[in-house]
Amino acid sequence: MLLLAVAMLANSLVTNAAWDWPLVWRFLFARTVLHGLLLTLEFTVFAMAIGIALGIVVAVMRMSGNPIVSGVAWAYAWFFRGTPVLVQIIFWSFVGALYPYLSLGIPFGHEFVFFNSNQLIPVYVGVVLGLGLNEAAYMSEIVRAGILSVDHGQSEAAAALGMQHRLVMRRIVLPQAMRIIIPPTGNETISMLKTTSLASVVAVTELFKAVQQIYGANYKYIPLLVVASLWYLLVTSVLSIGQHYIEKRFSRGVTVRPVGGRAR
Amino acid sequence: MSAPVVVADGVRKRFGDVEVLKGIDLTVHSGEVMCIIGPSGSGKSTFLRCINALEMVDGGRLFVQGQLVGCRADASGELYRLNDREVAKCRQHIGMVFQRFNLFPHMTALQNVIEAPTRVAGRDRSRARTDGMEMLRRVGLADRADAYPRDLSGGQQQRVAIARALAMEPELMLFDEPTSALDPELVGDVLDVMRQLAHSGMTMVVVTHEMGFAREVGDSLVFFDDGAVVEAGHPGDVINHPQHQRTQDFLARVS
Repeated sequence: MLLLAVAMLANSLVTNAAWDWPLVWRFLFARTVLHGLLLTLEFTVFAMAIGIALGIVVAVMRMSGNPIVSGVAWAYAWFFRGTPVLVQIIFWSFVGALYPYLSLGIPFGHEFVFFNSNQLIPVYVGVVLGLGLNEAAYMSEIVRAGILSVDHGQSEAAAALGMQHRLVMRRIVLPQAMRIIIPPTGNETISMLKTTSLASVVAVTELFKAVQQIYGANYKYIPLLVVASLWYLLVTSVLSIGQHYIEKRFSRGVTVRPVGGRAR
Repeated sequence: MSAPVVVADGVRKRFGDVEVLKGIDLTVHSGEVMCIIGPSGSGKSTFLRCINALEMVDGGRLFVQGQLVGCRADASGELYRLNDREVAKCRQHIGMVFQRFNLFPHMTALQNVIEAPTRVAGRDRSRARTDGMEMLRRVGLADRADAYPRDLSGGQQQRVAIARALAMEPELMLFDEPTSALDPELVGDVLDVMRQLAHSGMTMVVVTHEMGFAREVGDSLVFFDDGAVVEAGHPGDVINHPQHQRTQDFLARVS
């Protein structure tokens, strides 16, 4: 039954001329599309970089014994998880409208430096900020779960050797937490790749906006959506393979052998 | 006797409503091997953890090498807690071995041993490696230097843990039930290493249930019960002629 359904689908893909494969092929490597793809990749990389780095900071803050520090971290996650990422992207892209001028100086007094914030925060940076700050809120919870998964005896043993808190985190706890952190982070990265298409609303010609512009001109909606989908699928596949190798790297010393395998 | 390394003066500790240490007075001298025995929940492990500030003392005074543990007193005797960096510095001179080994699973045996000497004591990496191999040789595991903890038996892991603690050249070693998580046939190897260490003159405080080790290697034996020291003295005397009913009951149960 399943095979039959697949066969029918394949048949329609090939025979239905509306898919227009030659057109798909022609636009797959079109300049606009490739340029859009590059922007999409840049957004994904920078937003995830901000998300992971800030996520670790927020997670460590959240687990601090100091109620003010952990409160700030909690509020951060509350705010950025609680508002739509689309709203955040638009907000950061047009924050220049809220504060047209940024200046350094004494409050109500003399100002030393002026910035025109529309120049300081171009739309490109606004998109990265919107995606990255939002991502950090989610990453912080993933990192926190990873840190909590590491046996408390590990930090005690490290502390007993005279290691300071930061060193214990960096050398002992985080490397072990990575095993728990990486799979959901791979998920987040793949999700981020597709979330970057939201940047199309602030007139940034990333991959999705690029195909939108093309089908806006030639009305070939379906073939061009196929073009975008093929690229998203390809990049997602590459990311999955990368994730596999990173997971292997961080499972040193804890490789799980199949049940029934030799114990040691 | 020689200089005191650990001095406990009315040490108190409570977890919430439960007072787990009710005023401990003890002195451990340089080169002394003190064994602490007692039923579970008697506070013996908590006391050991207070010595290297893994737990903070709530009352009384606890000194290691003449320094207050985890805090500092000003001229008026007011106590201030040391910060992370200062506590870490004090711990460098105190080695600790845990019941569940707590080796770092993502590092090989040798990497476990040289982690603190290179990252904390700032020793040169190649010298740390040479010293680390020497430490592993001392515990009989030079041939397993590149093995990850999961590929070592419990007894081997505990011996690596001892080597890891020794690599920081501590002046005091704390053992928290080092053989309690081991299969019976592996206990001997670990005790051998500890015996060797005792003979080399290391000051040791050992929380244990191994009466044979306490009798043979220990210079003193302390019996804890219900957060207090019930009886202390020479191991032979305490084991053969316990003065208190609670000590007699406990010894009858473990031997």
